[in-house]
Amino acid sequence: MDKRDKSQLYGLLAEFGDAEEIVVAAGKAREAGYTRLDAFTPFPVHGLPEAIGFRDVLVPWLIFIGGVCGALAGFGLQYWINAVDYPMDVGGRPFVTWPSFIPVTFECTVLFAAFAAVIGMLMLNGLPRPHHPLFNSDRFGRASQDRFFLCIEARDPRFDGAATRRFLEELGALSVEEVPA
Amino acid sequence: MSSKNDTNITQRDVLQRLKDRLAGRKGPEYWRSLEELAGSPEFQRFVEDEFPNRSSLLEAMKMDRRSFLTLMGSSIALAGLAGCRFLPAEKIVPYVQAPEDLIPGVPVYYATAAVILGYGVGILVESHEGRPTKIEGNPGHPASLGSTDALVQATLLDLYDPERSQNVSKKGQAATWDAFFAEARKTLASLPAGGEGLRILTGTVTSPTLAAQISEVLRKYPAARWHQYEPAADHNARAGAVAAFGKPVQAIYHLDKAARVLTLDADFLGQPPSNIRYARDFAERRRVRRGATEMNRLYAVESTPGITGAMADHRWALRPGEIEAIARAIAAGIGVRMGADAHQATYPWVDAVARDLAAHHGASVVIPGAGQPPAVHALAYAMNQALGAVGSTVRFVEPVEATPVDHLASLKELVADMRAHRVRALLILGGNPVYTAPADLEFADALASVPFSVHLGRYDDETAATCLWHLAESHYLEAWSDVRAFDGTASIVQPLIQPLYSSRSAHEVLAGLLGDPIPGLEIVKNHWRAGFAGPDARFEDAWRKWLNDGVIPGTAAKPVTVPDAKVPAPTPVVADGYDVIFRPDPNLVDGTFANNAWLMELPRPLTKLTWDNAALMSPAMAVRLGLATREKAYVANNQVVELSYKGRKLKAPLFILPGHADNCVTLHLGWGRTRGGSVCAGKGVNAYSLQTSDAPDYGSGLQIAPTQDRYELVSTHYHSAIDMEGRHPVLWRTFDEYQRSGYAPVAGDEESTPSESMFRTPPEYANYDGYAWGMSIDLNVCIGCNACVVACQAENNIPVVGKDQVSRGREMYWIRIDRYYQGTTEADLENPVTFFEPVPCMQCELAPCEPVCPVGATTHSHEGLNQMVYNRCVGTRYCSNNCPYKVRRFNFYKFSAGQPNNAPGNYDNPTYKLMANPNVTVRGRGVMEKCTYCVQRINEARIKAKEQNRTIRDGEIQTACQQVCPTKAITFGNIHDAGAEVSRQKQEPAKFVLLGDLNTRPRTTYLAKFRNPNPEIGTEKSLE
Amino acid sequence: MSNPSTERILNGEHSYLTIDGRIGGVVLDQRKHPLPWYVTFAIGFGLLQVMMLAFTWLLYKGVGIWGINIPVGWGFAIINFVWWIGIGHAGTLISAILLLMRQLWRNSINRFAEAMTLFAVMCAGLFPLLHTGRPWVAYWLFPYPSVLGVWPQFRSPLVWDVFAVSTYMTVSALFWYIGLIPDFATMRDKARNRLAQIVFGILSMGWRGSAGHWFRYETAYLILAGLSTPLVLSVHSIVSFDFAVSIIPGWHTTIFPPYFVAGAIYAGFAMVLILAIPIRAWYGLKDFITMRHLDWMAKFMLGTGLVVFYGYLMEAFYAWYSGNKYEQYMMMNRWVGPYAPLYWALIVCNGITPQFLWSPKVRRNLAMLFTISVVVSIGMWLERFMIVVESLHRDFLPSSWGMYAGTIWDWATFIGTIGFFTFNMFLFIRFVPMINMFEMKDLLHKITGRVPAQAITQRAHEAAELAEERA
Repeated sequence: MDKRDKSQLYGLLAEFGDAEEIVVAAGKAREAGYTRLDAFTPFPVHGLPEAIGFRDVLVPWLIFIGGVCGALAGFGLQYWINAVDYPMDVGGRPFVTWPSFIPVTFECTVLFAAFAAVIGMLMLNGLPRPHHPLFNSDRFGRASQDRFFLCIEARDPRFDGAATRRFLEELGALSVEEVPA
Repeated sequence: MSSKNDTNITQRDVLQRLKDRLAGRKGPEYWRSLEELAGSPEFQRFVEDEFPNRSSLLEAMKMDRRSFLTLMGSSIALAGLAGCRFLPAEKIVPYVQAPEDLIPGVPVYYATAAVILGYGVGILVESHEGRPTKIEGNPGHPASLGSTDALVQATLLDLYDPERSQNVSKKGQAATWDAFFAEARKTLASLPAGGEGLRILTGTVTSPTLAAQISEVLRKYPAARWHQYEPAADHNARAGAVAAFGKPVQAIYHLDKAARVLTLDADFLGQPPSNIRYARDFAERRRVRRGATEMNRLYAVESTPGITGAMADHRWALRPGEIEAIARAIAAGIGVRMGADAHQATYPWVDAVARDLAAHHGASVVIPGAGQPPAVHALAYAMNQALGAVGSTVRFVEPVEATPVDHLASLKELVADMRAHRVRALLILGGNPVYTAPADLEFADALASVPFSVHLGRYDDETAATCLWHLAESHYLEAWSDVRAFDGTASIVQPLIQPLYSSRSAHEVLAGLLGDPIPGLEIVKNHWRAGFAGPDARFEDAWRKWLNDGVIPGTAAKPVTVPDAKVPAPTPVVADGYDVIFRPDPNLVDGTFANNAWLMELPRPLTKLTWDNAALMSPAMAVRLGLATREKAYVANNQVVELSYKGRKLKAPLFILPGHADNCVTLHLGWGRTRGGSVCAGKGVNAYSLQTSDAPDYGSGLQIAPTQDRYELVSTHYHSAIDMEGRHPVLWRTFDEYQRSGYAPVAGDEESTPSESMFRTPPEYANYDGYAWGMSIDLNVCIGCNACVVACQAENNIPVVGKDQVSRGREMYWIRIDRYYQGTTEADLENPVTFFEPVPCMQCELAPCEPVCPVGATTHSHEGLNQMVYNRCVGTRYCSNNCPYKVRRFNFYKFSAGQPNNAPGNYDNPTYKLMANPNVTVRGRGVMEKCTYCVQRINEARIKAKEQNRTIRDGEIQTACQQVCPTKAITFGNIHDAGAEVSRQKQEPAKFVLLGDLNTRPRTTYLAKFRNPNPEIGTEKSLE
Repeated sequence: MSNPSTERILNGEHSYLTIDGRIGGVVLDQRKHPLPWYVTFAIGFGLLQVMMLAFTWLLYKGVGIWGINIPVGWGFAIINFVWWIGIGHAGTLISAILLLMRQLWRNSINRFAEAMTLFAVMCAGLFPLLHTGRPWVAYWLFPYPSVLGVWPQFRSPLVWDVFAVSTYMTVSALFWYIGLIPDFATMRDKARNRLAQIVFGILSMGWRGSAGHWFRYETAYLILAGLSTPLVLSVHSIVSFDFAVSIIPGWHTTIFPPYFVAGAIYAGFAMVLILAIPIRAWYGLKDFITMRHLDWMAKFMLGTGLVVFYGYLMEAFYAWYSGNKYEQYMMMNRWVGPYAPLYWALIVCNGITPQFLWSPKVRRNLAMLFTISVVVSIGMWLERFMIVVESLHRDFLPSSWGMYAGTIWDWATFIGTIGFFTFNMFLFIRFVPMINMFEMKDLLHKITGRVPAQAITQRAHEAAELAEERA
């Protein structure tokens, strides 16, 4: 394992016992100048994204755009059908009875927005992704159960096998292991 | 090997047999009858008889498919040859255009006459490529004036009824006409000198040709006798005339001249054959328009509620036996010399009525009812004379019947002779005496003693089963004949189609018996040629003209001058126990129309009963008998009562009918058939089984016992809709109020002012100035006769759904006649004011049904039609839920194919397919349907107008309901045309909108009902 | 039972692992299923066959096999549709609205309630399709460019229904699935059986629980909840428009939308209780679905029940106040007409019964709570019967009044869908973690604020093992 050349390595995976520890650890790693790191937890841990320096505001915007498209599509469809494509005298009502078009417009808004939310979230997260180097680690399974992992990737400019391992062990990791690429 | 031989023998034998059975059948019938044949038990039986050692021939055939096919194939071929007899070309003349330029898809109309109870009603029949599809009245005919009634409309279904007898049969075994004539002639020849023992039994005969033929028979066989019996004919009128004048004269009433009418139990608006004309004349004096100064007044005394009583301004419900006393009292009041036994008024109103009648000397008339004894008729004649009615509102004419006799006596005589074995050969031409003869005559077993009995009839009915021979009779639409209307006017009955089955007319049968079997056309034509004054050359022209017009000019019955009527001594009133009243059913009459699904399902005008008759009685009586409680007196309770009368018993379901005379029970005749088709067999109870020949109309001594049995009667009206629940679906005023108000609008705020709408009527439709179709229905002249309902059914291919489905509220009528009673007090219950209101689709401009349809299957046309697009409908039924008038109908099953339980009148049936109107879609399962204002007729007129480069004229389009209406209560037209009749009616102050406050803006509006009560007799306030 | 005020929403000493074990174990250890599961599932499966039979016969013969007629064009089908849709509402309400309100107690019941929503909406969805006269063309209600050139008629509430219900179905399904992804990952990692690993592996989409993923995940989930909240309100409002938009007395009422929504939540909570009370017992989930939860749900029922009852009173009041004789007759007809017994039964079920819930004793008595929930469910069905049938059977013209009664096929269809629902519900219990594990762990973390004691000792123990391995 130790003989392994750095290029075949995905990174070092440090295991922590609870949420608070990993938030601290992640913070320290950032101070130490590591940039390519990520944390894995069984449930959302608050403060952790900030700690590893993660920022993203795309999802809400995607959803908003989705909603707007939905509204336009919904109302537009009804308007076009009733005013342009096939106007019909229905019960002596005007061709465009906008009040009765509201429900469908609303439903379309919600539908499109919801799809934007789900698909957007998954795409940005790069999911679905059946395989990932981390899954090579047999301890990583606990990441979805009761353990909190911090991973410093080999791509990180300041990554140095031995030094980084020491650094992580000093952070009080329960275990540190090399994850092959 | 041996089996092969057997099969050969088999083939030869079966071949012969099949040929015999198939002889005389033709057309598409083959294939069906052949299958029936191969499957029929008789066939099986004969096969087994022929080959006792063989289990079943069919099995042999199954084993040997090839020989089976050869057998069937060859038999078809041979039978086919036997079937195609050479038919001479018979010219019939179209009404509007000659047949040579008949264009496929363009209907042709022919004038002919419908035969109802022996009398003629002139009609025009619409024919599509040779298929009669619709019957309309003949405007030139005195008994029609362009209208018809439910019965005449329904005769079309009779023509196509697949259950009609289709051939000659002897003891139920199929035979041939040749075989019959051979045997018949042999029998006649074998009779003693002068044809001793030959009898002919007919119903009412007005056909000059038939009469001539019969008298020829009588000339040839002097000892032969002719008997007549027509159960539903007006026997008492004849007897009354004889009593009053000593000779049988016939009274013809002219209600268009009558300002005051008194009916003594007479249903002149409903009783064929004169009902259509009388209704029209009556309506002429009843229409009320702005500025009208007079309106006729109808007094009705009746026992069984009928449509005539429902129209009356004053109606009194009395036991039939009490009516004579009333008649005498009124007669006395009028000034008829009554002799010693002048009757003093028993009711306060009698004098008022008498005064009112007398005050309109020469413009008033008294009409006696068919169910009243001769004495009442004689009295009525006397009254009419005293009122100076004779010559104005009444005319006495020579009887229209060929030979007026006392039918009942004639029948009794026949029965007596049959019992005494004096009858050797009996020829029954039409009718069903075994069923219709009064029970005490026991006609059936008397008939059994006749060695050679022949029945000519349209159905294999009770009589057919009792007679030796049964001959299939042709429908009037498929055979030549002639007939006279109630006023004597003769018409030629010209066929529109070759007989569908191997049937013949009475003319052809008699001709055959007389030894020269010539076709019907010849027989009829010869008769008229013989009587034609002038050269033969002119006869052909005359003949063409008669056929073309549908009437033969100058044939009306001659007036006769009559002496002063002798007033008979009063008949003693026997009133022990209860009375039983026998009345012809409003739809089935005496049972003649019993196998007609349209008439079976058609709700009776007042009871709204379908598929059943019942023992009708008044609420008070039902309560007294403990059959109902006062609170629920009008709620159907499915009770069955046992009626005992003169030693005979009959169990009948009870129906409580408001307005029925107290202490008597009405039974409608024509029900409880045992044979004669799946539609009529086993429906209702047979009132004839209680009827006796001494009192065929009504009798006392009825006992009523409740039973534990229960039976569900089906009425299309929810029973507790007895009053208007504080609603005003029908608006009415008294004529007097209306005049005094200066013809102020009848509709109050509620009916006229619509609630606010969310939308302004959008310009895109508001500014449309093309045709705008609208309808106006004059409730003041609607007599609730149901003619429009059947006409609509015939025009629009509306299926029959059967009792079970009607009981589930799934009847399919596009127009229905709502019946409302006013008031809920006990008095109202016993003698309510009755209203009729025909309700088709209102064609609302702001139709509630349209915006709720998810697929746009119902939308508006530019011309204001509320259109139903069947093939777009997915059947959510939301439109029907949201229709406040509930005029939409839904195909819960594939009703047009007779589903669910093989309901009759289904358009998958090959013969009914011929009847369908090709211009109207036959609707499938799961779609909504409704009145379309007969859009097919609108488009027909539109096309014609475009061809001629003009606009559609007012009155050019007649909807089916409008065209049939005897009183012309329905008007249709373009409401954008200010001059149109419909527009004028919509300007009337009497106009009102049904449920107007809902702001549906219907195109169909109504004219209010007016009543013209006699101020001397209790002043009535109209509904406010 | 301890007093709800001191009662916690998570009982017992739990670590992350024990939570996973208790909840995930139900799915991973298929041998552990109690007898009641088999019994109930068998019943559900049997009734499902009844439904299949009923629908086959329906398609073969036509809607005539039902009791509907003119004037009562809608019957059981629409009643059941509204009833099921109503039941479906509690799920979304619990998962969405309570999430927005940061109600921690929702976590242990939301998964379960969402599943219930899905299955209820599936049952509901069957009816609008099959009650049409020609179900094979029911797709005409969807806007697609057809060769006829025609489109749905967007003024019709039925088209609104199509959009509302399908949107609701889709969004609920998404919401449910998103919530499941991390749990599927957990299952994937816990599973020892290859098949389970593969299946859950696929379902979890390779979820790794990366901090960034969690961040986006929570954003999306929260906004989805924000979208579902107006959605859930809109759906039943639109269902109520089916009636309110018409002109039939008893339907044409402005009070319907709020009154229907309240009724929906009411019925929904009743159904959650009917399911939760036995299941928490069978699967030893009392620690997660505590008396505190049941108590809160009971309070919700009481609250919405009062709103519904208010609705009934307002209907009566406005019938009188409107001065409209049709409305007034409609009300009288409900009280004393042929269907009066049903109306009063409804008042007892939905108006009187929930009043017992004022008492904490009743709220904490499982038997009582269960009974009341059942009674309320029946009451809500009666309410829809009253609205649909009693308004139609006597409308404007007395001449065309009628009566309505369900046929055997109506009942078969109704009971059949209950089977369909049970069938789905019990498959869900057995093959999907029925309580949201990651949220329970989050909850545990939030409550304890730090790692529970025995979790630490356990970790020390494991650390020792690791040391040995290295040596």
